[in-house]
This record gives sequence, structure tokens and C-alpha cells, in this order.
Amino acid sequence: MDKSLAPRAARWVAANPIWGFVVIIFVFFSLSADHFFDLGNFENILVQTSTIGLIALGMTLVMINGNIDLSVGAVVALAASLAVDIQSWGMFAAWGDWAIVPAVTAALAAGALLGALNGVIVWKTGVDAFIVTLGAMLGIRGLVFIYTGEQSFYAMNFLYSDFGASAIGPLPTLAALFIVFAVITHVVLSRTVHGRNTYAVGGNREAAVNAGIRVGPHMVVNFVIVGFFAALAGVALSTQMGASTPNLGREYELWTITAVVLGGVKLAGGAGSIVGTIGGVLAIGILRNGMNLMQVPAFFVLVILGVILIAVLFLDKQLNRRGAEEIRA
Amino acid sequence: MTRPALRLEGIVKTFPGVRALDGVSFEVLPGEVHALLGENGAGKSTLMKVLAGMHQPDEGSIFIEEHRVVQRTPLEAKANGVVLIHQELSLAEEMTASENIFLGELPRKRFGFVDWKTLHAKAGAILSRLNCDFAPETRVSKLSIAKKQMVEIARALTVDAKAVVFDEPTASLTDAEKVVLFDVIRDLKAQGVGIVYISHRMEEIFTISDRITVLRDGTYRCTLVTAETDEDAVTQAMIGRSLDYSPNHAASGQGDIALEVRGLSCGGLFQDVSFNVRCGEVIGFYGLVGAGRTEIAETLFGLRSPTAGEIFLDGEPATIGSPVEAIARGISLVPESRKEQGLILGMSCRDNMTMPQIAELTSGPFVSGRREAEIYERYRERLAVKAPSPKTPVKNLSGGNQQKIVIGKWLAMNPKVLIVDEPTRGIDVGSKAEIHDLVRELARSGLAVIVISSEMPEVLHVSDRVVAMYHGRIMREFTAEEVTEDNLIQAISGIEAKAA
Repeated sequence: MDKSLAPRAARWVAANPIWGFVVIIFVFFSLSADHFFDLGNFENILVQTSTIGLIALGMTLVMINGNIDLSVGAVVALAASLAVDIQSWGMFAAWGDWAIVPAVTAALAAGALLGALNGVIVWKTGVDAFIVTLGAMLGIRGLVFIYTGEQSFYAMNFLYSDFGASAIGPLPTLAALFIVFAVITHVVLSRTVHGRNTYAVGGNREAAVNAGIRVGPHMVVNFVIVGFFAALAGVALSTQMGASTPNLGREYELWTITAVVLGGVKLAGGAGSIVGTIGGVLAIGILRNGMNLMQVPAFFVLVILGVILIAVLFLDKQLNRRGAEEIRA
Repeated sequence: MTRPALRLEGIVKTFPGVRALDGVSFEVLPGEVHALLGENGAGKSTLMKVLAGMHQPDEGSIFIEEHRVVQRTPLEAKANGVVLIHQELSLAEEMTASENIFLGELPRKRFGFVDWKTLHAKAGAILSRLNCDFAPETRVSKLSIAKKQMVEIARALTVDAKAVVFDEPTASLTDAEKVVLFDVIRDLKAQGVGIVYISHRMEEIFTISDRITVLRDGTYRCTLVTAETDEDAVTQAMIGRSLDYSPNHAASGQGDIALEVRGLSCGGLFQDVSFNVRCGEVIGFYGLVGAGRTEIAETLFGLRSPTAGEIFLDGEPATIGSPVEAIARGISLVPESRKEQGLILGMSCRDNMTMPQIAELTSGPFVSGRREAEIYERYRERLAVKAPSPKTPVKNLSGGNQQKIVIGKWLAMNPKVLIVDEPTRGIDVGSKAEIHDLVRELARSGLAVIVISSEMPEVLHVSDRVVAMYHGRIMREFTAEEVTEDNLIQAISGIEAKAA
């Protein structure tokens, strides 16, 4: 048993190099940052990563599918604004705490709907997803400013603003939410027909069409999923802050893509996994948290993260190239 | 005795786990066309890469005009006078022919500005040496494939080339373009350049080469003088046995008409095409590249919409609007280019095989690994696919086994009509025979099979009937008894069209 375990673990790390990196930085910060190895701090990391993490789940599907979604950050702001604003609408005044339900539903539906719109445009026009969602990113951010009148909204209901800090047993609720959705997304991606076809379309679109796979619907579904997750992240964020601001979620698309790519998803599509993405999300979360505890100035943290992103992908490329040569021979 | 332009001695090249070249020696004389032959995996590409400086041999030496050289990069090899013409053209499409020819070594004026005058003059001189009629200022994207290849060859001639290596140069050329290419090769030969010619196509090798060296399993087998040998001897040296390419006369028992096409047209691609295929027979489509054969296949598979005409399946009129509909009606297409259109290279053998029917292989909401494994095992066994495991990515398989995966993928769908476009393109000789046998066997089992091929022996060998196409039209239909190489060549060259 022990004999077979070690090589299997080695192979697993070779396939998910980011997890090797996560272990290394975890050990490093445990030894060198004073308050890092602490249950309370772990909860912190989980809560801090859950927002980017939720979006990254959806982004993993979209990117494996061979697309990309740059509009997620703007959707975060829109969903947060909708969720906080709608619960204070006069028509829901008599609903009490129940006003949260239509507010959150509307926020999530808006995210899913905008995702569907992105997907349908990419499908029907054939314009590259990068361009379509770049346009959506600008446009949705504009809508947020129009809708909010450049104002921040504050949640008056404490049930809502306490949710972000609540916990289920030892686990912060937001972290639990992330874990539950991560498991669901993992199962969808690895075990369902939709998941398999997502890989196929991203791996070779023409071959997928020739195999009778309906490429368009699969793309739309994945855009809906990422839109939903972005909206959910926006709602989660607003419960943490008890408020929404029109500038919420700026650069989230870039952090998400960074995490997903660190986790092994190829920009061209066809490869990657949720397990890898979680590794990527944790790597960023641990690095930011650990360096913060070591009182590394914030701007240096950005420089270090940028360097690490390039270094990890370079390493990945070296590993893959060696594999490729063995195959050729 | 002339001294060789290029000589390799005892080259050994080992990759982890494989001895790709095991003491291979090889020489090209100036003014000689020396063909290099071997099955896929015999070591041709490795040898070629050693020649061109892309791989370093572990043992052995390279001599150019009997001076020992060490070449660490393709650039060093080129400086030594050894140039490789790649099978896949690597040109910058949006730049001019001149710029491509001198890419990386553009003549300069002061301050690093490009000296356009010298550039075009030098490029023009090389192009006229190749008898090219287009201006050196032409944008490469506007050139035909054959002319692009000339640009690629011109690139080789910017240095004082001692030896030029051609890797499958005719893979995407029409017959007429081949003639031009061969003229160029003969010109180079007359100018005293040594030529290494790598190809799978036997008839070309016998047309153009002076000597033939055969490799097998990374070892040197023999060098034959082309004029003193024949295809059989060469094939035997390559695969260790001779190959059956006899015409197909054993007409299989024929069933009902599975597919009939009447007056089918698609814009300028093909016009007024009528034919039928019965269950249990193989019908071969032969013609030049661009004759409209692939386009007919794509129309039957729902990838193109016909502009006129009718399609009947089992006697019922049918419209086929998409591959999804085609598959539902029992039509399958094994496309021309397996890597781009047929397979998802990074995915496993099993996943590729089950791709079209994955939606049916579920238990509850999940894909059933057990049912997938059943399907994969059944067709792996039936088609004798050699793969280390169901999880091996298909990119690690040989061409022949990849093609079997594509065919298996469709057989698992129980199709009525199977269309196979260029069944053995890029597949080595031994596996070709296997694929041919497989196609025949599928017809015997009751399938209606359409084979599109640009290789005449292949069409003659597998077909019960042969349809000859020329410029988007069916020129003539032959039975296996009627067809000969001569009347088939005439039909696809449009000769009957002029007579009629």
C-alpha cells in the first residue's frame, strides 16, 4: 500500500504542480510568519479567497471551453448593488427579513442573464469571447454607475450584513458556500456529459462539431454558470461589507484569470480542472495573507505575485516540454 | 569518385526509452536525388532533424564535402549549406515573398533600415532561378500552395546550398504542380546540389530519385539504385514483406440502395452530382485536389448546404442540415485531416472513441465509466488498435492507430453510410494495408462505404465502383471490372470532357 502511494502522490503533484507550490508556501509561511499557522487565520484565508474562488469555478468551465469572460468584475458590482438596493425598496417594506429573498434572487438572475447574453453573442456572431466580454465589462460597469448614480448602498438589515461574518460550526459560511459549489462544479465538469463536451469543444472545436456536439449551447451554459458565480461572489462580498460600491470587483477578472491559469487551465482551452483551480485560488490567497502577516508592503506583494505567475507558468511549460519530447521519441 | 556533398557516418540518437537511430550511415552526392524511405517510426524524421541541426547525434559524425562539421542549430546547418524544406510551410503570410525569403537576414542600410532595392533584386534572382513567374513583392497570402512552396525553396537558396532536404514536398500539391516541383528539383540537381527526398509516395520516388536508402526501426537496411529496382523490392525492404495492391474484383454481395444523390450542386464547388451507394459496397471517389470530392462529403454530412438537388436515404427524401442530423440519420464522416477535424489530440483514446454518443452513455446525470469502457474495449479489439491504455492521449498514438480510433468512434454509432475521406493520408505502408482491409470488411458487414482518395492504387484496391471527378462534376462511373489506371487518369484530367 505504502509502496504504491508514494509514486501515485508524485504523479498527482506532477499533474497538479500548483498544489506542490501551495504546500511549499504553506510550510514557508508557517515557519516564518508569526500568526500564520493559526485556525483563525486559516478561516481568514478561506473567507478572503471565497469571492475570487467562486468566480474562478465558473471561469474554469468557460476557459476550458476555449472562451474567456472579462465581464465578471463588473457583474460583481452590479449584483452587489442590486442585492443591497432591492431589499430596501418600498414594495418589500412589509416583507421584513424576507425582502432579502427577492433582492438576492434578482442579483443572481441578473448575473446569469448577462452571462447568457455574452454566450449567445459569442455563439451567434462568432466574435471572439475576449472582445465580446471586454465590451460587456465596459458596458456593465457603465450600467452600474447609471443604476447607482455613483452612490454606495448600505444594507439596513443586520441579518444580511451579519451573514458575511457568520459561521457553520467552525467553518465560516462563505467558505462553506465556496466548498459546496466547488464540489458541485467539480462533479459537473468531470462526470457529466456537459463537462465532457466542454473539454471536447475547447480541445478541438472542429472535431467536436464533426462528432455531432452542439457547440453553441454548451458555451452558453458555461457563460451562464460564470455569470451566476460572479453575481454570487458580488452578493457574498456585499454581505461581508454590509454595503455595495459601484467600484466593487474592479480587477477581479484579472485575479480570477490569474488563479485559473495558475491552476493549470490553458488559455487555448481543452485542459484544466477544478482541483487545479482551487490550488491556484489558494496559492494567491496564502501568498497575500502570508506576506501581509510578514508586513510586506502591498505594492511589493503585487510585484511578487506577478513574478510568481510567470515563474509558475514557465515551470509548467518546462515540465510539459520534457513530456512532449519523450512522446516524440 | 566524386566526393559526397553530405555524408553521415554511424549516427546514433537515443531518446529516453527509444533508440531512434542506431548506427545509420547515409550519403548524398552532388547532383544526386537520394530518396529516404521507411515506415513511420523508422527514424526518417529523426535523421532529417539530425541533418538539419535540430537534434544532436549521440554518436557518429556529419561531413559536408568531407569536412567534419558540428551543427548545433538549424541556423548553423544552413550556414554549412544544409537546408530543410519543411512539410508544413512556415511562411509569414502577410509579408512579401522577398521578405520571407530573406527572413532574419534582410539586407540593411544605415541605421537599420531595410534595403528594399537589394532585397527585391536578390529575391527576384533566386525566384527566376526557380522559374517562378510572380513578382518578389507579392504578398505570400496571395500565392497558391505550390508557389508558397517555391518561396520556401527559394529561402533555402539564399545560401550556397550543398544539400537540400525535402520532407514530403508533394503532400498538398496537385499533379500539375508536382510536375513543376520536379522540374525545380531537376534544375537544382543540374546545378550540383545534393538532394535528400523524403516521401511516402512510391511512384514519385521512382520518378525523381537516383538512389533509395531504406530505414527500418532506426537501422539502415539498404541503398538501392532506383533504375535497378522496383516497388516490390523497396516495399519488402521497408516492411519485410510485400504488399497486396491488386485491384478489387471480388465484388461484395450488394444490398439495397442506402444513399442516393440526384443532381446535387453546391455553388461553384460541385454541380449536378448524381450517384448511389448500396449496402455492402465500397464506392471510391477519385479526382485531383479541388475536384469537389471533399465538398460532396461535407454536404452529405450537413456541414454545407446544397444549392440544388436531392438526397435520398433508404429511398426516402432527406434534408441534412447539420452534423447532428447526419449522425441521427446514420451518416458518418471520417474527415480528411484527422488531427484537425477528427480527433481531440489531448483527450484520451476512450474519450475520443465515445465522443459522439456520450449523451447516451449515462447513468443518472453522470457519464457511466463502465459503459464507456465496454464500448472502447469492443471497438479497440475489433479494429486491433494498439494503445497502451484507454487513458493514453490520442496524440501519443501512431497515425494508423489514430485513424482506427476515428473509424471506431463512428462504428460504435452503428451507421448505415460511412464516408472516409483520405483514409490513409500520412499513414505508413504497413498500417495502410490494415486500414484497406478494414474498409473492405466493413462493407462486407453491410455498411455502405464511400472512400475519397487521391491515391490511385488505393481507390482501385478498395472500391467496387469508382467515380471519377473533374472540376466539380462526375465525369464517369466505372465498375471494378471496367476501371484501369489509364481510363481513370483520362477521366479525372477532363479528357473525356473535351472529346464529348
